[in-house]
Amino acid sequence: MELIAEHPVLDLSYFKREERVWFTFDGVAMEGFKGAPIAAALHANGVRVYRETPNMKRPRGFFCAIGKCSSCFMVVDGIPNVRTCVTPLAAGMKVETQRGKGRALIAPIISE
Amino acid sequence: MTDISTDILVVGGGAAGLSAAAEAASCGADVLIVEGDLRLGGQLVKQTHKFFGSRDEYAGTRGYKIADILLDEIRENEGKVKALTNTTVTGYYIEDKTFTAMRGEDSCARIKARRTIVATGASERLIPFPNNDLPGVYGAGAVQTLMNVYGVTPGRRVLMVGAGNIGLIVSYQMTQAGVEVAAVVEAMPKIGGYWVHAAKIRRLGIPILLRHSVKEALGERVVEGAVIMELDDKFNPTGLERTIECDVICLAVGLSPTTEILSHAGCRMRYVPELCGSVAERDRTMRTSNPDFWSAGDAMGIEEASAAMVEGRIAGLCAADSLGLPAKMEKLDEYWARLNRLRAGEVGAKIRSGIGKVSRDEWEV
Amino acid sequence: MSENDLLFNSGILTDERQGAIRPPSGLWGAKKGGLVIVECPQRIPCNPCATSCPAGAILPFSDINDTPLIDYEKCTGCAICVAACPGLACFVIDLAFSEDKALYKLPYEMLPLPSKGDTVTCLGRGGEALARGTVEAVIEPKRDKTYVVHVSAPREFANGIRAIKAGV
Repeated sequence: MELIAEHPVLDLSYFKREERVWFTFDGVAMEGFKGAPIAAALHANGVRVYRETPNMKRPRGFFCAIGKCSSCFMVVDGIPNVRTCVTPLAAGMKVETQRGKGRALIAPIISE
Repeated sequence: MTDISTDILVVGGGAAGLSAAAEAASCGADVLIVEGDLRLGGQLVKQTHKFFGSRDEYAGTRGYKIADILLDEIRENEGKVKALTNTTVTGYYIEDKTFTAMRGEDSCARIKARRTIVATGASERLIPFPNNDLPGVYGAGAVQTLMNVYGVTPGRRVLMVGAGNIGLIVSYQMTQAGVEVAAVVEAMPKIGGYWVHAAKIRRLGIPILLRHSVKEALGERVVEGAVIMELDDKFNPTGLERTIECDVICLAVGLSPTTEILSHAGCRMRYVPELCGSVAERDRTMRTSNPDFWSAGDAMGIEEASAAMVEGRIAGLCAADSLGLPAKMEKLDEYWARLNRLRAGEVGAKIRSGIGKVSRDEWEV
Repeated sequence: MSENDLLFNSGILTDERQGAIRPPSGLWGAKKGGLVIVECPQRIPCNPCATSCPAGAILPFSDINDTPLIDYEKCTGCAICVAACPGLACFVIDLAFSEDKALYKLPYEMLPLPSKGDTVTCLGRGGEALARGTVEAVIEPKRDKTYVVHVSAPREFANGIRAIKAGV
């Protein structure tokens, strides 16, 4: 993973890398740290493209990291338009590239 | 849907919001901080460099340690301050005097507050150039978040766009994290940030190319390089160009105040270029034209965190006072003296001019 | 705009100016322990150099935006300011260190952290390699990860060496 292994100012404990969990990105198993944003976990695994725009099919990735810009929207556990830069990673999450606007999957969510 | 009520709602738990909450709680107010991020501290938690100012502004203390100091102060007022993280205030309904908020991606809340302090900070600006939407073109704040909060390497080799304080500081921080900074480009004929921050990265061998800007990002799916161009006195390209090999183009081209909630609340706004956007008119207590709303920090105009913390103190003190709580209002003069000192320098001239345009002595009834 | 102006405007000190004055050469050459060089030529709201100076050599500011003024008679070369300055703009240079070498006391916040006896590259204001130096001491005066690295290197670079690169 593309993680900082040593830092002249910050102790590595500052990064709160407490619990490693597995998740999937487009079906591929990856490891990340529980509670850190999904987008950070993807970036650490070398994933840069998080979604594709509806019309121009342009790739989009990480951008603002504060949940304001919509660049990092992805489909997480079936729910589209999840702000992955501020949504914490949990074990077993199914993270997928979002293509287009995302479907409003109202029925499946309610049935849960 | 949950219903929550509080004496004072602080929207945003960064430098200004935490200072406001600490101050209001010390006067005896019940405070609720609502923060969109996963943790409190805002931009402070990403700052590994030492702050400027005087001892009052924690000069010489690294930003992320200042966040801890403020959080400790908040904890001293036991039980007075509650905080909801991963929760975004999405709107204010003025007719009902009610806020809506979203916790995570699927739960909602209604919040009623007797007083509100908006400390929503700022968001990153973009500049137009072909392929500026490619993954790998990142805001400077985002690079700091990846690197200094989550310990993730943002890239291998970075082109920094903008030599204001943020561009200079983040270039230094990237070097500390082992990331190579290929160059800093700046369209102006002079760095915008503190000279000493520039000197720090020049000594490490990082070029600062004045009168240069990014022409385009290269790459199909992700950034694979950048073309930079020289500019003349009128900011027109001279034709001199070169390609920089990089996998990240970091944008530090300025911030815009985040003011949606102030607009929802009907606060009178005015566009002030010196403060980098549309900001609320304010009186000496940091109150806005809506008598229930105060605001502080970058939401009121882009400035340094040291000033944001003092403005937060003022807003917290005065909002608590308006509730009839025992606020030591004599502190107001001291806080203003501190703000005036911070703004007295060369870099503060712009701020002084901007604030002059939105300051009010009183509000008409 | 001249080449010099552009250099200065991009963070490279090109000449002496207010806030970046060199010590008087007579005093400097003889002073055991060295004297402080502050390179802070812009009015910014910041005063830890003055408030941290145990000798009162960096004169108290009347306005927090003042650029530093130094009473070199009082400076002991202790380098507390080197560690305290948030802008890493203070350096101590001891020209009386030895016959041919000066001792440069420089702020350092990078990796790797060098140790006594290591050879490091001494860098100028633009990051250019000027000389090889020997680390004489590494101290952390404020226990806050800003180290002051003492490096002996040729004295002819007293107006040049401002940083080091370790691990080379």
